[in-house]
Amino acid sequence: MLSGPSEARSRGIGMVFQHFSLFDNLTVAENVALGLDGEESFKDMSARLEQVSKTYGLPLDPKREVWQLSVGERQRIEIVRALMQDPKFLILDEPTAVLTPQEADQLFVVLERLKAEGRAILYISHKLEEVKRLCDTATILRGGRKVETCNPRRETAASLARMMVGGEIQEVKAAGGRKTTVPRLVINDLSLPPAEAHGMRLEHISFELRGGEIFGIAGVAGNGQDELFAALSGERLSKDPGTVVIEGIAAGRLSITQRRRLGAAFVPEERLGHGTAPRMKLSENALLTGHAASGMVRRGFIDTAATLKAVDRATETFDVRKAKRDPEAASLSGGNLQKFIVGREILRAPAVLVVSQPTWGVDAGAAAVIRQALLDLATAGAAVLVTSQDLDELAEIADRIAVMFHGRLSAPLAASEASREKLGLLMGGSSLEPEEVVHAAGA
Amino acid sequence: MQLVLERRAERSGTIALVSPLIAIGLTILTMVILFAMLGKNPLLALHAYFIMPLTDGYSLQEIAVKATPLVMIAIGLSLCYLANAWNIGAEGQFVIGAVAGSWIAVKTQGTDAGAWVLPAMLILAAAAGALYALIPAICKLKFGASEILTSLMLVYVADLFLDYLVRGPWRDPQGFNFPTTAEFDPVATVPLLIEGGRLHFGSVIALLVVVAAAILLRHTIKGFEIRVVGAAPRAARFGGFNANQLIILTFAVSGALAGLAGIIEVAGPIGHLQPGISPGYGFTAIIVAFLGRLNPLGILIAGLFLALSFIGGEQAQIAMKIPLDVTKVFQGILLLYVLACDSLVLYRFKLVFANRQVTRGAG
Repeated sequence: MLSGPSEARSRGIGMVFQHFSLFDNLTVAENVALGLDGEESFKDMSARLEQVSKTYGLPLDPKREVWQLSVGERQRIEIVRALMQDPKFLILDEPTAVLTPQEADQLFVVLERLKAEGRAILYISHKLEEVKRLCDTATILRGGRKVETCNPRRETAASLARMMVGGEIQEVKAAGGRKTTVPRLVINDLSLPPAEAHGMRLEHISFELRGGEIFGIAGVAGNGQDELFAALSGERLSKDPGTVVIEGIAAGRLSITQRRRLGAAFVPEERLGHGTAPRMKLSENALLTGHAASGMVRRGFIDTAATLKAVDRATETFDVRKAKRDPEAASLSGGNLQKFIVGREILRAPAVLVVSQPTWGVDAGAAAVIRQALLDLATAGAAVLVTSQDLDELAEIADRIAVMFHGRLSAPLAASEASREKLGLLMGGSSLEPEEVVHAAGA
Repeated sequence: MQLVLERRAERSGTIALVSPLIAIGLTILTMVILFAMLGKNPLLALHAYFIMPLTDGYSLQEIAVKATPLVMIAIGLSLCYLANAWNIGAEGQFVIGAVAGSWIAVKTQGTDAGAWVLPAMLILAAAAGALYALIPAICKLKFGASEILTSLMLVYVADLFLDYLVRGPWRDPQGFNFPTTAEFDPVATVPLLIEGGRLHFGSVIALLVVVAAAILLRHTIKGFEIRVVGAAPRAARFGGFNANQLIILTFAVSGALAGLAGIIEVAGPIGHLQPGISPGYGFTAIIVAFLGRLNPLGILIAGLFLALSFIGGEQAQIAMKIPLDVTKVFQGILLLYVLACDSLVLYRFKLVFANRQVTRGAG
């Protein structure tokens, strides 16, 4: 048994976490030094860092501060830090979640090379295509139990998914022939300074979203998606009311409650603590967003029956599994809580739905239910804005896709034109050939 | 073998009710040890503390009189604490309320002012308490000053201001140089509920405050706002609630209730303004608020219990020569145990036998 992380390191186990353990205000070399317990001098260590990063094709400048680096570069620090201890066994937890497709390809090259050097790699992922492509053996876990160990190359993505979910996954279907109607959400030249020290500045973002349409925003995390969500929801107000127009009304200076009354609904990325108050009951969490416009409050008094009814409706419509009628939000599993939150907002029949990472960390079954609900909502005439890092998800549901990079939004591509390669280039900050953009915008 | 704290999936309702009782039990156990070390018979001391005051009508009335300010202040503080605003200065707001209300009593003394005097005193006291509480609230919002420090420091300002008034401009000329105002006129006095007794109309106001707070927190959107801002600030902002406005509101309400309690104490049981009008009600009310689990009904019960300890402390001093300060020790130990036992609501103890690294529930 291991007594702690330092013993794991000394036995040759290296770990690359999904959520990076880096200090934003320190340099690359300082961050690496913090993870090592050797006796070499800082100077020697920095030299070795540069050499290791060059050897493996993971270029890094030891003197740069972490906050200036892209997410892909930050992951390189984690990997190089692990490699500098010459690990025999390397664990990677969802390493591609934050990478562009091109960056992921580069990572796979590095991993193949590490394998060839005789190191063992434990690769934790829910992306089945990656597992099929990279891994020699796969163990499937479900609900904390081992389900199966297999050779992923002999399986199909569908058979792996079945083992993961423990049943067939409902296929997401668009109703076909959705008609776009009036503009419901219009963003005009929205710029916003960052709210915190290393936040992202939003620069000149403009787009128009019509009823019946699902608009996808792709991009690597931390490129301004959170800031855009806050600006759209009204958690942060714009200077100019005209920058955010909901249902034809200038809403840039309106609070989130007023925006909800205009028919907008919002689903943030973070389920616990942002979308819900974790230690409050579901009925209270229904009230959290329902107090604005759903008739749950009369003359300042709460209609408890109405809040419970909202919980029951979300439970029935979206198959939310829970131990009792009205449990605390934190006691639900991630997938069930997400279904509750999405249900809570969709059952208000919004004209505009802004949803961030709708199926992040959610099991495949719940993800299918949620994506179907978003498609149905658009079919019913609402405008749906989906921000996601999952390109497969956007390909499945979005009509048009734009990419966020460094606080700017690319021109939208029609979903049929938005190949992984094109989106990947945009996510990495390159621009497409001009004629392609013009072509896509005209689609 | 290891004893670990494990996070519960859901807040335990039973433990939420039982944990204050466990805390009281542990406190009494500690007191027994303390009494034994003082060379007193622990059983007799406990009897003097907790049983004797309950045996005669006068003491029972006195408990209600002492509980009145404790409950009123604690209700206001509970609203602050639920909203994550830390008002520690209720003692000062209590004093300022008493001073402001007394101003009318002093100025109308000996005139034929009518029945408007007492209501005017109550209103002015509440307003003054609220304004005084707004000072730390505004300093927090404008300058980021810790409301814990500023509200606490303003207690001493209020105390010294009271001291100056009763030694200077408001001193009773016929008072043999004692630092006190003249006895208030009957129109400036809180009426008694029982002729010749101790129980006064202020206890009725305290009960009304408890009921109002219970309705506010359970059944109104404002009460929900208070709870959600404290429990999950980011979710509250997503819900459209403004935490800054709520700091202003809860500080004002708790200051108003403390001020009201102050003037009721001065115009009721005391009958005039003097230094030391409070045996630390504003601080003891913090214990009452937490012992009552920040719940109005719980606070009513906790207020009566702490009042019992005040009266019992006096009885124990008279009967067994146990120093009065033991009461403060009792109250301090009680708060410590209450807060410690609170962790049982979210965590449970678990014995782990395997000899391996156990990660504690994040929290």
